[in-house]
Amino acid sequence: MDPHATTFGVHSRKMAMWVFIASECMFFGSLIATYLSYEGKSLVGPTPEEILNIPLTSVSTFVLLMSSLAMVLALDAVQTGDRRSARLWLGAVIVLGGLFLGGQVYEFNHFYHEGLTLQQNLFGATFFVLTGFHGAHVTVGVIWMITLLVMSLRGRLGPERSLDVEVAGLYWHFVDVVWIVIFTVVYLIQ
Amino acid sequence: MSRERSTFLQTLLAADLLLLTACGSAQGPDWRTLRPVSDFGQLGAEVYSDLIWWTLGIFVVVELLLLYALIRYRSSRSESEVPSQVHGFTALEIAWTLVPAAILFFIAIPTVRTIFELQGAPPTEDPLEITVVGHQWWWEFQYPELGFVTANELHVPVGRTANLTLSSADVIHSFWIPQIGGKRDLNPGSENRLWFTPTEVGEYYGQCAELCGTSHANMRMRVFVDDSATFSEWAAAMQAPAVPDSAGAMTFLISGCAACHTIAGTPAQGKVGPNLTNLARRTTLASSLIPNTPEHMANWLRSPDSVKPGALMPDLNLDEQRLNDLVRFLDGLR
Amino acid sequence: MTATGHGSVYSGDLRSWLTTVDHKRIGVLYGISALFYFVVGGVEALIIRLQLASADGAVVGADTFNQLFTMHGTTMVFLVLMPLSAALFNYMIPLMIGARDVAFPRLNAFSFWTFLFGSLLLNLSFFVGDPPDAGWFGYANLTSRQYNPGMGIDFWILSVQIMGIASIASAVNFTVTILNMRAPGMSLMRMPLFVWMALIVQVLMLLAFPPITVAFIYLLFDRFFGTHFYIPDAGGTPILWQHLFWIFGHPEVYILILPSFGVVSEVLPTFSRKPLFGAPFMIFSGILIGFLGFGVWSHHMFTTGLGAVADTAFSLGTMLIAIPTGVKIFNWIATLWGGHIHFKTPLYFAVGMVGLFIIGGLSGIMHASPPVDIQQHDTYFVVAHLHYVFFGGTVFGLFAGVYYWWPKITGRMIGEGLGKLHFWLMFIGMNLTFFPMHFLGMDGMPRRIYTYAADLGWERWNLIATVGAFVIAVSVLVFFVNAVRSVRAGERAGGDPWDAATLEWTMSSPPPEYNFAVVPAVNSARPFWLHKYGPTRDISTRTKEEGTPSQPETPPERIDLPSPSGWPILAALGLSLIGGGALVGLWLVLIGVAVLVFGVYRWAFQPLERLGHPSFGPAPGGGR
Repeated sequence: MDPHATTFGVHSRKMAMWVFIASECMFFGSLIATYLSYEGKSLVGPTPEEILNIPLTSVSTFVLLMSSLAMVLALDAVQTGDRRSARLWLGAVIVLGGLFLGGQVYEFNHFYHEGLTLQQNLFGATFFVLTGFHGAHVTVGVIWMITLLVMSLRGRLGPERSLDVEVAGLYWHFVDVVWIVIFTVVYLIQ
Repeated sequence: MSRERSTFLQTLLAADLLLLTACGSAQGPDWRTLRPVSDFGQLGAEVYSDLIWWTLGIFVVVELLLLYALIRYRSSRSESEVPSQVHGFTALEIAWTLVPAAILFFIAIPTVRTIFELQGAPPTEDPLEITVVGHQWWWEFQYPELGFVTANELHVPVGRTANLTLSSADVIHSFWIPQIGGKRDLNPGSENRLWFTPTEVGEYYGQCAELCGTSHANMRMRVFVDDSATFSEWAAAMQAPAVPDSAGAMTFLISGCAACHTIAGTPAQGKVGPNLTNLARRTTLASSLIPNTPEHMANWLRSPDSVKPGALMPDLNLDEQRLNDLVRFLDGLR
Repeated sequence: MTATGHGSVYSGDLRSWLTTVDHKRIGVLYGISALFYFVVGGVEALIIRLQLASADGAVVGADTFNQLFTMHGTTMVFLVLMPLSAALFNYMIPLMIGARDVAFPRLNAFSFWTFLFGSLLLNLSFFVGDPPDAGWFGYANLTSRQYNPGMGIDFWILSVQIMGIASIASAVNFTVTILNMRAPGMSLMRMPLFVWMALIVQVLMLLAFPPITVAFIYLLFDRFFGTHFYIPDAGGTPILWQHLFWIFGHPEVYILILPSFGVVSEVLPTFSRKPLFGAPFMIFSGILIGFLGFGVWSHHMFTTGLGAVADTAFSLGTMLIAIPTGVKIFNWIATLWGGHIHFKTPLYFAVGMVGLFIIGGLSGIMHASPPVDIQQHDTYFVVAHLHYVFFGGTVFGLFAGVYYWWPKITGRMIGEGLGKLHFWLMFIGMNLTFFPMHFLGMDGMPRRIYTYAADLGWERWNLIATVGAFVIAVSVLVFFVNAVRSVRAGERAGGDPWDAATLEWTMSSPPPEYNFAVVPAVNSARPFWLHKYGPTRDISTRTKEEGTPSQPETPPERIDLPSPSGWPILAALGLSLIGGGALVGLWLVLIGVAVLVFGVYRWAFQPLERLGHPSFGPAPGGGR
């Protein structure tokens, strides 16, 4: 395509990610709103107070937040052409993201054994669908990061491709922010 | 004929067709929703006719402006000329923003007032409490204070406010008797309220107004607004129905009917299907789908699904003898 | 060097169509699909009307009837009106903003194929004998596994969900295209109204589709995994569905009408030979309608029992929307006023749209008042209202666009005589069919009933409505005859057959593959008019030469276009296999995932311009 300047001076792919994020805000907003409207309406337990483990989840929240920091550092490294740091920090995003997901899997498994399933009550349904779809988004993000890491290892992620890393970073930070909201709404404010 | 005249006549024809369809034939507007027989319906109908006049007026003015512009400014000049290139006129924009806003204001006032009136407490200290439960595809009517339950035909005394509690046993239905007033949904798992004070003795048709499955179209009802003597007699007969003939009752029981139906004063206490107490007093059967005659009753018993597609009442495979016994028995329930 | 002008943009074999990333071809694909489904949905309607023409009708049974109106509604909304708008967006937006294609051509193709496969999945339900039957709005808990055990609802959920993904992808694409790819000098306020309305529609789609996606996820989970989102026995409420559905559903109706508004705002000025009256106000009223449209959803729920305060809030919000809508109608009338109106077919449809939409809008105002709406809701009054706005409004408006841009798209003129016949038959048929429905509603006839009793007095109007429906059918036939004749042997169209004002008329008809030989510089909201007639606002002599496009025949500099690609259709196939797989088994879902992931990866790593990609203009030994 003829590379003529874009009207807003922002690269189209970056604008596309922002626009997509706006749509995703409505998606997660609907899930969160439903969670809130069904809060306290379950007819049987377990209830959030009985089963949510705030200390543990705080740790995995911290882990996810650190992964966003790693992402920022990875982008900086790609932009400055520092190949080694780029791989290091991309690897860190993957590891931290993976740790977060591992924490989710552990938590879901634990809840399942405590009797909280999708079908058990409204809390189970709304909780698992909300956090499950968030986890799915993180998973997509991790796969995306692995792809970028492989590209970097093959020497194909130089500064000329920093836009791709920036767009991936935007997605990653968004998924992180969504988690902050979920953590606050589901875990902290009961 | 010149092209301008032909287009003008075409336009006129279209307008005429519209008008003709609007006015209908000899029958003037005779619409049920605008002939309310209750206070509830009357309050709504007042806002309704208000709005009809407003919208009719706006329609005439705006469409005439449109038609006028089309006729008056139709081009007959040569292609090369161009009209004055007017881009806009702010004062006009302000005017046609404010005028509609003002009209809407006049519509909003009675609207909001009526919303609160209709959803407020019933206009009497002592309404007749009725509980309506929607089922696929029939209506259950409970009279808790009077101590009986009936189905599909609702009796209310004229001049006394009826206070309805609405819910559903399965899916969402909607309770609607057009001449009584607007509708209210029957939601499973929650209760809605509706009150009305009927003002005219008579028989009124009603129907479910929320798609509820196969026989949604067949989920009909009748409302009988009775004078107080008739209502008392009806209620008394519901509270203490005549003891039905025991042989017939036995047939009813051994045919399996009691699994689903209740007939007060007999061992039949099933709650799945409509209450059949004093069935013979009803003018219709099968949620007001068919008239209550022995012939229609027989057709229904022979094959409910043929009369009401999807009916949850199973085919009982009754032989004709049994069938006739049942029809006779049911015909005696008064 | 390549050929320019007539037809080369459409030449090529089946493979070239399956792998196209050209917005013009994609527009044509959407248009043909939409018109096909228009006939399908129309036949469904005709059967409905035959059944209702008399009391106790016996044309179809209860279940079939419920399936018919469910499919009719779902088809018309998602398979006809939206894709027909998409067809016009796809073809015209890049041309109107001076761009060579959309921001993401492969994503554009992906959207079309995803839509097409989703539409096929929906109609597949007919072939397995289990179409959905709970209405296009599918209220819970009628749609629960308990009350709807078959596969019909699953077909419905999965196909609409898949088509929703197509819409969101499109919305991202066109939002970025409109914001970021305008020709130099085309500020937002100089953008054509059609493009403005399209932008608002994209934003609405971005924000409105997620709630219904969530609603569908909950319903899918209820039906497949035993959750209780909509099940009252476990504490859930079916009302949740209504909220989520209508939070989508109300903006959806603006998604459906705004494109038509945009078309009318292009057609009326062209055929009145003067600018759109109050263009900035038209832009702002469109934005306001889009914004307010998110705040009125529960006016579809006035009978649910939300309470007087909620009812009041939504009632007032709904009335408020009438104001910017009215502003548009008055500005359209003012555009005609004082003009030199040329009665060509596009104008007929545009004016018809305005006249009929007024009626639909007025019945809408009645619905805005709960005391009135509780009588009208779920009756034929609403059927009348919705068809006046969707048929009188959207269909007439989109046909105005089809006729208006027909020469540009096909390179041929379409018959005026048959066009006018189409209009009159459709106009008369539409009024015959839907005006009496106001009366039926006022007389107590509910919606979605397969039959009614003879003693209610509804037969006469129902019969008239059925006659009207067949008149509409004949009018559609006339259109197809006209269309085929035009494409086969219509008079060849120049670049600017209507002497219009916007950029899409500045090149040949149909446009060359690269749209613009030279990216135009824009310094007005009516750039072509300015070019032809000069800067004076108030002139009366024509100074341009007959029929000369302002774009040169061949590009002075080399133009490279993106290569066709097979990955979008493959990814779309993968997505659809996931959806269809849910009905078959996990193995098919997993295959779908594999195909999708494979397709997406190949797409992501495929360079936009590969060896042998389309190239135009002077090139050293290069080109096609």
